[in-house]
Amino acid sequence: MANAAAPVSSPKHRRLHLTWEVLLTFILLGSLAFGRLLSPVFVTADNLGNVLLDITEISLMALPMTFIIVMGEIDLSVASVLGASSALMGVLWHMGLPMPVAMVLVVVGGAAAGLLNGWLVVRLGLPSLAVTIGTLALFRGLAYVLLGDQAVADFPASYTAFGMDTLAGSFIPLPFTIVVVGAVLFATVLHATPFGRSLYAIGANASAARFSGIDVQKIKLRMFILSGIVSAIAGIIFTLRFTSARGDNGEGFELAVIAAVLFGGVSIFGGRGSLYGVLLSLLIVGVLRNALTLVDVSSETLTIVTGLLLLSSVLIPNLVASWRARQDRLSIAAKR
Amino acid sequence: MTLHADMLPRDSDRLAPPLPRWLAHLAKSRETALFVVLLALIACTGLARPQFLNLQNLRDVLLNVSIVALLTAGMTVVMLMRHIDLSVGSVVGISAYGVGCLFVAFPHLPVFIALAAGIGIGLLAGSINAALVALGRVPSLVATLSTLYIFRGADYAWVSGGQINASSLPDAFSKLATGSVLGIPTLALIAAIVLAGLALYLKQYRGGREYYAIGSNPEAARLAGIQVERRVMAGFLISGAIAGLAGALWLARFGTVDASTAKGIELQVVAAAVVGSVAITGGAGTILGATLGSLVLGVISIALVVLRISPFWEQAIQGALIVAAVAIDTLLARSLAQRMMRKRDHG
Repeated sequence: MANAAAPVSSPKHRRLHLTWEVLLTFILLGSLAFGRLLSPVFVTADNLGNVLLDITEISLMALPMTFIIVMGEIDLSVASVLGASSALMGVLWHMGLPMPVAMVLVVVGGAAAGLLNGWLVVRLGLPSLAVTIGTLALFRGLAYVLLGDQAVADFPASYTAFGMDTLAGSFIPLPFTIVVVGAVLFATVLHATPFGRSLYAIGANASAARFSGIDVQKIKLRMFILSGIVSAIAGIIFTLRFTSARGDNGEGFELAVIAAVLFGGVSIFGGRGSLYGVLLSLLIVGVLRNALTLVDVSSETLTIVTGLLLLSSVLIPNLVASWRARQDRLSIAAKR
Repeated sequence: MTLHADMLPRDSDRLAPPLPRWLAHLAKSRETALFVVLLALIACTGLARPQFLNLQNLRDVLLNVSIVALLTAGMTVVMLMRHIDLSVGSVVGISAYGVGCLFVAFPHLPVFIALAAGIGIGLLAGSINAALVALGRVPSLVATLSTLYIFRGADYAWVSGGQINASSLPDAFSKLATGSVLGIPTLALIAAIVLAGLALYLKQYRGGREYYAIGSNPEAARLAGIQVERRVMAGFLISGAIAGLAGALWLARFGTVDASTAKGIELQVVAAAVVGSVAITGGAGTILGATLGSLVLGVISIALVVLRISPFWEQAIQGALIVAAVAIDTLLARSLAQRMMRKRDHG
């Protein structure tokens, strides 16, 4: 996609060549300036903390999603796993289990959900898009079966405080530190290990990857399980943060997660993209949403911004590529 | 579709033993199989709760299913070409509100013009999708996911907290849902006509067959002289137009429309198509199958109510059905392909 979209043909073009990540950095700076311009409240520590807090769950789920999309697969069920985990946590807590046990069981449940996705994709060889559209409905349905339209809100204060505290002496919310740790881990694995490179190999050409000795099936299965586990953790954080376990928690988040990953420059066809781009795009989305909310744009209308960002992430590189192709043709014609 | 299972040899030999004859027959005619499932569903529910089989219930099923069946038919056209249109729910929402606004402004608007306006709004939305996919070369999953957001956001901005009430609609328009011709609700009749027309077009006409050709192998279709871009654009226009019409019918059926109308219905529609054996990998599927798929889902949702099963089960059952349908379809298609290969190799 973006960062490798246009083959560069002349020295003049090479000087102008921007990687998608650089472009995203400029967009991030631009949207920070935009936020400052819109509202004086924007750059306060409290508000910047809010920006980060609001993207906590989406950022977490975007990490394994990046891996999966790089492999050329997709997992649409992440937000449903989040919802089901939240509901399960409520039910387990009401059954009288201590919080740590409940949380461990929820993560195990997330792993099982991921295992189901992975098994259907890898063992039965079904397209992941179709499978995870199905499990999107299935896991969300299970969340409703578990809790109905009830909510569990009586979690112990010592746990829910975690959702509101900030890291000692800074504006960084405590839940976001998990994202930071996760991002460092995932970025290291993706960009600095043979395993990470094998993900790109699978996404670029799964048959070639298989013939070069990569166990494609096993890696795919593990990545779907990982996605389930991380989504369950996101579900726990979401529940504690809002002190509320509900079946409809995080409904529709899957689209926001995928939008962020694709806007970050990861190709929907697999094999291309970086985690840095995804992290930048998450921040951009967070900043823009926050800034526009400050000037009373309703959150539903804000979905236009998400849509436009997602669209531009593919449309702009495509248009640039075709424009360059035309320029090249013209310059060749001129030389003749 | 934008994503494909890699074509590696898998351990499918072990998983797909040769089929018995009757199963192979069912595999070839998924419509028959679905029809049997549908009848079995109705019969079982009817046996357990005889009151299920009254006219009012069947009427409700028809009315509920009509709109989803229409949308599923539009989705089928798009899915046949390996594309997907996730924006249908947002198009239904914006078209329903748009037509409602027309009635508020012109209370005596003829019904025909209202339906045409709905189709017009749908065509406009469809043309945006068409341009993005065919001209902008944006994968349809990304393009229509974006327009799902953009159309819905535009809807919220336009509606800004208001809503259309049944009282602003003329009687003639509400009659679409309440009235009937020869005992069949008018709304269902309109849907049936559109579905029949589309089915005929896909089966009998050159243009219709081209959708299958593109989905089976886009490159081969191009080499065979099919104008793939033009066809893809037409497909998204059809899907948009149908979603627009469905929006107008939604308004007639429910009367009350706000900004969240038909939110999330795209999943039901994809589910109905997949259960109706329309391949998400393109090239296979019929309008009849898609319609039967939406009927099965519609009957299940009413049956749950009649059987006093908590409605919270509905979504879980739907999800399990999607997964099962995809698995059965893929495995049957694969074993069929294997048997044909063996036939070719050995005689």
